Parts: sequence; C-alpha cells; structure tokens
Amino acid sequence: MTSVASCLLLSALLFAIGLAGALMRRNAILVLIGIELMLNAANLNFIAFWRYGPNPEALTGMMFVIFSIGVAAAEAAVGLALIISLYRHAKTINIDEVNSMRG
Amino acid sequence: MLFAIFAILTVAGAVAAMSLRNLVHSVLVLTVAFAGLAAVYLQLGAQFIGFAQILVYVGAVAILIVFAILLTREATATPRSILADSWKESALVVLVVFGVLAWAIHKSAASRNIVPPQPEATMQQIGSALMLRFALPLEIIGVLLTVALIGAVTIAMQDRQETR
Repeated sequence: MTSVASCLLLSALLFAIGLAGALMRRNAILVLIGIELMLNAANLNFIAFWRYGPNPEALTGMMFVIFSIGVAAAEAAVGLALIISLYRHAKTINIDEVNSMRG
Repeated sequence: MLFAIFAILTVAGAVAAMSLRNLVHSVLVLTVAFAGLAAVYLQLGAQFIGFAQILVYVGAVAILIVFAILLTREATATPRSILADSWKESALVVLVVFGVLAWAIHKSAASRNIVPPQPEATMQQIGSALMLRFALPLEIIGVLLTVALIGAVTIAMQDRQETR
C-alpha cells in the first residue's frame, strides 16, 4: 500500500535516523552524513506531496527537490572542506575533542 | 509491496550507515540507502528526481565523502566508543522528535485521503518549467554552486598557503 502516509512515515524514520547520527556520533564526517540523510527525508516529503497533493502539473514540489539537491551538494562540498581544514588544524575529527571555544 | 521493499532497504541502509564503526563501510551502505530512496522516487513517478538522486548522491556525494574519510584518516588508535559523550540526551531528543512526527502523521487528514491518478512529469515539462517559471532560482543555484565550490577549495587549501 503506497499512500502519502507511508511515504511520510518513511521520511520521518529517515529524518530520525539522520538526527540520531548527527547528534550521537563522535566523528564529524558521520555528522555530515546524518545531515545529508535529513535533507533526503525532506526531499521525500516534497515528492510525496507532489504525487498525492492537488495540482501536480504545476511541478512545484519537483522543482523544490531539484533546487534542494543543488543546495545539498554545495553544503556537502563546503562541509567536507571544513572538516579537512579542521583536521589540518586540530589533527582530529572527533567532535568531542574540538572544544577549544568552550566558555 | 514494492514500496515496502524499497522502504526497508532505505531504512536498513541508513541505520547501518549511522551505526557501523568503519567509516568506509558506512559510506558503502549509505549508497544503498540513497539508491533505495531513488527507487522510491521512481516508484512515485518522479523519474527525473530519481535519476538525479542516483547521479548526485550515489555518484558524487558518496565519492566526496570517501575522499574526505581517506584524507582525514586518524593515525592514533580508534577511540573507545563511536558515540559522543552526550549520546543519552541525544537519543531522548531523537525519540521525542520521531514520536511527535509519527503522531502528527497518524492524526493528520493526509493519512485518510484517496490515491489520485499518477501525475505526468515529462522531461519537456520539467525543462520548460526550469527555463520559464523557475529561471531566476535556477540562475541563483548556479551562482550558489560556483561560490560554494570556490569557497570549498579556498577553505581546504588555506593551511598549505600559510605554511609556505
């Protein structure tokens, strides 16, 4: 049974998994992967509402996903560059050890 | 039925990606999760998005993450735990977020409506929508990608320039 509710439930599950990875893992790269998963969950919501919502011929949900994929690609590139820079600076990507700005 | 298989594949891939200790393995199963999501898109009738998902995520983002993992491989022994220090509070936050989302989906009117017929989304429609109605956002995305790529290269190269 494919319905909007099952799509939304899959998306909520993906979002929760991504959030768990972003909050609970020690490694900065895994945090970035978690953020990517959360963005993908949001994209799935857009596609589900485009498919089951009114006026699908306007293609707004689809357009939003195309732009969202573009922004996510830019975010991944900048985020990984920041992680590489962090690794050069602190010699670690363990986010529990990068606490030099703690007050 | 097909949807359930792809959904299980996606969720299993995502869970494995978030819980494996070896980062390279974790990226490999992450590509499985992205591919499963692309199959879900295809099944929902969004062909273009499904193939774009495979191209961008399975192709580019996964390779990018593998490069970052190999460039930041830690020389010291692996830490005692893969979980951050505050993982208990984080798990509580995750459970609350998922509970609220699932409750909202269960309660909403969206879970009771009928399934409309499959909408049409041909390449021609997508192309004319991108070139006419969404031309300005398309230009802005182009500028954003250029700026982000230049910025990423600048950030990643900064240290090397300073040492010279």
